[in-house]
This record gives sequence, C-alpha cells and structure tokens, in this order.
Amino acid sequence: MVPLSWYVALSSLLFLIGLVGVLIRRNIVIVLLCIEIMLNAVNINFVAFSKYQHVIDAQIFVFFVITVAAAEVAIGLGIIIALFRLKETINIDEFNILKL
Amino acid sequence: MLPYLLIPVLPFVGFLVVGMFWPYFRGKGHWIAVPLIFASFFLSLKAFFDTLNGPSLHFVLYDWIHSGHFDVSISILIDHLTAIMLVMVTAVSALTHLYTVGYMKDDSGYDRFFAYISLFTFSMIMLLMSDNLLELFIFWEAVGFCSYVLIAHWYERKPSWVAANKAFIMNRVGDFGFLLGILLTYTTFGTLTYSEIFAKLPQHLHDTIRVLGAFNGLHASSVITVIALLLFVGAVGKSAQIPLHPWLPDAMEGPTPISALIHAATMVTAGIFMIARLSPIYNASPTALSVVAWTGALTAFVAATIALTQRDIKKIVAYSTMSQLGYMVMACGIGAYGAGIFHLLTHGFFKGLLFLAAGSVIHALAGEQDVFRMGGLGKIMKITFPTMLIGSLALSGIPPFAGFYSKDLILSMAFQDGMIGHVFWVIGVATALMTAFYSFRLIFMVFSGKERFSHDGHHGHAPHESPVVITIPLLCLAALAVVAGWLGERYDIIGYLAQDMTIPHAVGKPELSESALKTISVMAGVVGILIAFVMYGRPSELPQILARMFQPLFRFSQNKWYFDELYDLVFVRPTIFLSRLLWVEVDKGVIDTAVNGVASFCRFGGAAMRRIQTGQIQNYALVMALGLFGMVSLYLLIK
Repeated sequence: MVPLSWYVALSSLLFLIGLVGVLIRRNIVIVLLCIEIMLNAVNINFVAFSKYQHVIDAQIFVFFVITVAAAEVAIGLGIIIALFRLKETINIDEFNILKL
Repeated sequence: MLPYLLIPVLPFVGFLVVGMFWPYFRGKGHWIAVPLIFASFFLSLKAFFDTLNGPSLHFVLYDWIHSGHFDVSISILIDHLTAIMLVMVTAVSALTHLYTVGYMKDDSGYDRFFAYISLFTFSMIMLLMSDNLLELFIFWEAVGFCSYVLIAHWYERKPSWVAANKAFIMNRVGDFGFLLGILLTYTTFGTLTYSEIFAKLPQHLHDTIRVLGAFNGLHASSVITVIALLLFVGAVGKSAQIPLHPWLPDAMEGPTPISALIHAATMVTAGIFMIARLSPIYNASPTALSVVAWTGALTAFVAATIALTQRDIKKIVAYSTMSQLGYMVMACGIGAYGAGIFHLLTHGFFKGLLFLAAGSVIHALAGEQDVFRMGGLGKIMKITFPTMLIGSLALSGIPPFAGFYSKDLILSMAFQDGMIGHVFWVIGVATALMTAFYSFRLIFMVFSGKERFSHDGHHGHAPHESPVVITIPLLCLAALAVVAGWLGERYDIIGYLAQDMTIPHAVGKPELSESALKTISVMAGVVGILIAFVMYGRPSELPQILARMFQPLFRFSQNKWYFDELYDLVFVRPTIFLSRLLWVEVDKGVIDTAVNGVASFCRFGGAAMRRIQTGQIQNYALVMALGLFGMVSLYLLIK
C-alpha cells in the first residue's frame, strides 16, 4: 500500500504548483485554473486522510469543495468576461484598479 | 426718577442715533447730538438743585449680577459730589459740542465725531453716578475707550494712532492695578457697593495681607493700604500722574474739542473723583495718603517745568493740565478732598476754555500749532484773545478769577498740614510761579509782538476771528471762569461737599494767617507773569541767553525729562526685541519647524508606503503566502 506521506507529498506539490501559478502567471484564465489545482490538492489530502484514518466525514467535505469550486469557476469566468469587456485584455497586470 | 435717568440716557440716544446712521447725516449730526446734550445739562442742573439741601438720591435700575453673595446692580446715585460734578461735566460737554459744530466743519468724520463725544458724555455721567466699584470700573473703561477712538479720529495720520495706542496702553497699566484693587476690595469686604464698604471699613482696619506671599514673602501689609494704593494706580493712569503721564501730552494729536473735553476738563479728572468718592478708604490709610500726596506734588512740579520750554500751543496747555491734576491729587493726598474737587471744577471751566481758545487760534492759522510762528493775533482775534487771557489769569491764580480761590485753598490747606505740608506748600507755590510764567509766555507769544506767521503760507487766507459757534462757547466758559471760584467761595462749596467726604484729621492752626498765605501765592503768580513779560512781552534776547546759560536744564525740560526715552529704553525696546526674538526664533524657528515637520513626515512617509500598494492582486497574494509560510514555520520551529 502506498504510504500516506506520498499522498501528502503529491498534495503539497500540486498545491505549490497552483500557488506559484497564481503568483507568477499573467493570463487570468490560467490563474483561475491554478486556483482549481490548489483546491484539488486539498481534496487529495482530504481523501487520503479519510482513507487512512477511517473517517468518512472528510470525503463528504470533498463533495462540498467540488460543488463550491464549480460555483466559483462559474462566477470567476463571469468576472473574467466582464473584465475583458472592460479592458479588452486578460493580462492580470492591467487589472490594478484597486490602487488609487 | 425719570428726569435723573434721562441725564445719561439722552447722550446715549444721541450716540445711538448718530452712531448708527452717521453716513446718512452728511454733516447734520449736530442737530441730534447738541440739543440732547443741552437737555441733559438742564436736567443736571435740576438734579443739582434737587439735592442741594436734601438727602442724596439713589435708584437701582436693575440687578445686573446676582450670584451667591456677589451682588452688583446698575444704579444711579446722586449725592452732592456727583451732582456738582454732573453740572460741570455736562456744561463743558454741551459747550464743547457747540464748539465742535464750528471747529470740525467739513471734516470727513464729522458725524462719527459727534457720535463718539455723545458716547463719551454718557460714559462719564454714568461713571459719576455709579454706586459700586464694578459699575465705576465699566464706565471708567468706557471713557478710556472713547478717549482712544477720539485721539485716533484722524486715523490716516500716523502720529494720531500712535498717540491713541500710547494712551490706551498706558491706561491699561493703570487699569490693571485698579482691577486688582477692586478684586482685593471684594475679597476683603465681600461687597463692591460704596456704602457697604464704608460701613464694613472699621472691622478691617487691622487686617493684613502678605503681598508677596506667592514668593514666600513674609512682610505683612495693611489690606486697606494695599487696596488704596492699587486703586490709586488706576487713578495715576487715568489722571496722568507720574509715572503714567506721557500719554496725556501725546493725546493732543486728537482734535482740539477732544483735548478740551476729555483730556482737560472731564475724563482725566475721573481719577481724582474716584479718590474723593472713596475717601473713607484713603482716610483709613495714612501711608496711601502720603503716597498720593507725593505723587501729586511731584507731578505738579515736573509738568510745570516741562511746560516752560514747549513750543506746541496744545502741548503747553496739556502740561499745565497735568500740573493742575497734580495739585488736585496732592490736595486729596493731604486730605483736603473738598479743595481738590473745588479746583477740579474751576479747572474744568478754565482749562476747557484755554483749550477751546487754543483751538480757535489753531483754526485761525489753519492748523499752525508752533507758538514761535504766531504773534500779533490780539489785534485780529477780538474775542479769542480776551477769553484766553481770562483763562490764563484764572490758571495763574490771580484774583478774582476762578483759579485763585481753588488753588489758594489747596495751598493753604497744604500749609496747615504740618511739616510735610510746608514742603508741599513750597512745591505748590513754585509750581504756581512757573504756571503763571508759561501761561503768559503763551499769551505774549501768540497775541502780542510781531506777526511771525506767513500770510499766504498755509491755505492762502489771512488769519481771521473764528465763527460765532466757536466764540459763544468761549464767552460762556470765560464767564464761568470768572465767576465759578467766587460762587464756590460765596456759597461754601467746601461745606457742601463735606457732607459726603470726611476729613482724615483735625486741621492745625497755621503759623501764617490766611491772608498772608493768599498774598504769597498771588505774588508768585504776579512774579511769574512779570518774568514772562520781561522775557517775551517785548523783543528781547533774554530767552536765548538764558537757554544757552542753562543749556542742560533747558534740554532736560524741552525733552520732557526724557520720560519717553526712558520708557522707550526700559519697556518698549526690550518688549519689541523680545517679541521679535519670540517671533523669529521661537515661533518661526521652533514651533513652525515642528508643525511643518510633522506634516512633511506624514507626507513623505505616506509617499513611501504608497509604493507597497501596487494594485496587483498577485503581489498581495505573494505577501499573503509568504506571511502564512512564515507563520507556519515559526509555529513549527517553536514547537
């Protein structure tokens, strides 16, 4: 059987990839995808621990996460389209209107 | 009650009407102000005769302050002292109002001027009528304010407003002492009403106070003495006694009617009136009385010596005023309040006359004030000359003019006051001699001899007698200057006034008889006139020779004993230096730097911090991730 630490390592790796993607990519669609990767890294953790600890709660939680992620993507894409209409670009560097 | 109430109210109405609508009067302000002031004068006469043989009148108009044990009401008190002062003040004021119609004609501030002299008359009347120290103080300040605005009447000219500032600031010094005196009176007696103070006086005769207690001073002085001296500081300022006198001669920058009304006849006598009014307090303190007497004697003498060499016609009269005020204060100091008030009244008439006559001369010469550029005016000014001569004779104490009776009374009272009194008497006689000398120096310089003015110099018209509105007040005042003294003697004004004022101690028998004393002082006056005649009555080199022989003394007198220079050096310059230091070094240097420093720290700090906020979500996320990583690492490390 694959040891728990491998799952955790895989999950951490995926989370880091997602995080770095969020931080350095300029394409806003890729950034959204990276956020999804981070969420799924967490899901792997949940499932792995659920299996090894014999607790079912975590797997239920995963369904919630997937549901929320789906909703989030729907809203996120909507926001991206609105932003694109506003700025005619999907480069995240252009979206700095939070600054005065 | 109503007629008495109208005495102050009528001038006040005049002030309100003319003052509020003065731009609409266009030189017609006197139609309001002059009749009102004359009405006030006749009502004062009525009040005088009402109280002549009766008790004093006292009405409370309304309770002004009623707080715990502190009770102050605005009241009207007409006793003998007030009644006779009222007659003098309203008479001189009414005649001055009339005179102003001619003198200030075509002045741009004509109506404003009437508004202010009406306000002044109102304040002075209320000052006389007050029955408590606070009411007195308020109107004391009000007359000071009127004096200020009237000296600065021609405010476009620098000397006017400088003189006005000087008068105001010097009076502030005196009034500060006066206010302290009032506060100490309240803490001692628990009341400010005259009658209650006098009633409680015997209980506090031996109270003491440590004046320097705040600095651990142990010397205890009598409360009554301290009160009397503090109140006297106010009188020193208001009545132009040494050392707070220099404002009075400078105040001559104002229009002449003001010099006559405020700075000769009425306001400057407020200090003497106050001392006479509070005579029981002064009687209770021999120390204070002797300070008062010495201040008066010194002022009389110093002012007379300064007047000897002045060139400005109004300054000469101003210094003679100061000298006569010194006489009055001296009289109060030796306990002869009645004589002091008597001299105050006669002086009010003849000094008002002298000033108005001097104004008439200045008017005739279109603004010339230097007596060395006058002369020979006696031929031209057929009314001004005799009236001014009467005024000068009265001032010199020549019988039967008014000054003779009152001044002689002061001198003989001084002589009867023991050894110190003899010293005062000598000072008084010397001053009388000098007074006669400089008065007649003025007369000879202005009215006799060659004409030293240029006929076409000033405004292209020859000197002329003044119009009738100017000469009528002169004639009225001249008549009063002739008869006032005799009337006072005939109807026993001293006995009349003594009903309100107590004499501190029994008067001893003089070594010289009354008539001998009178002869000596009249002789002093005559000798003064003769010296003036020898030096100035005919062409003579004597004045120049004497001036050269006594060069230092001459300069000392001409420069007014260097009082202005001394004050400039001791008070004005250090104050200006300190102010400039505080302004440039402390205010601009320290405070402004600190305030601006805080502002620019915030500005530059903000500008630096602003760079962190890029608006890039990814930067924020990076910081968040690093922070989270840092916190988790820290947690693991510690664990």
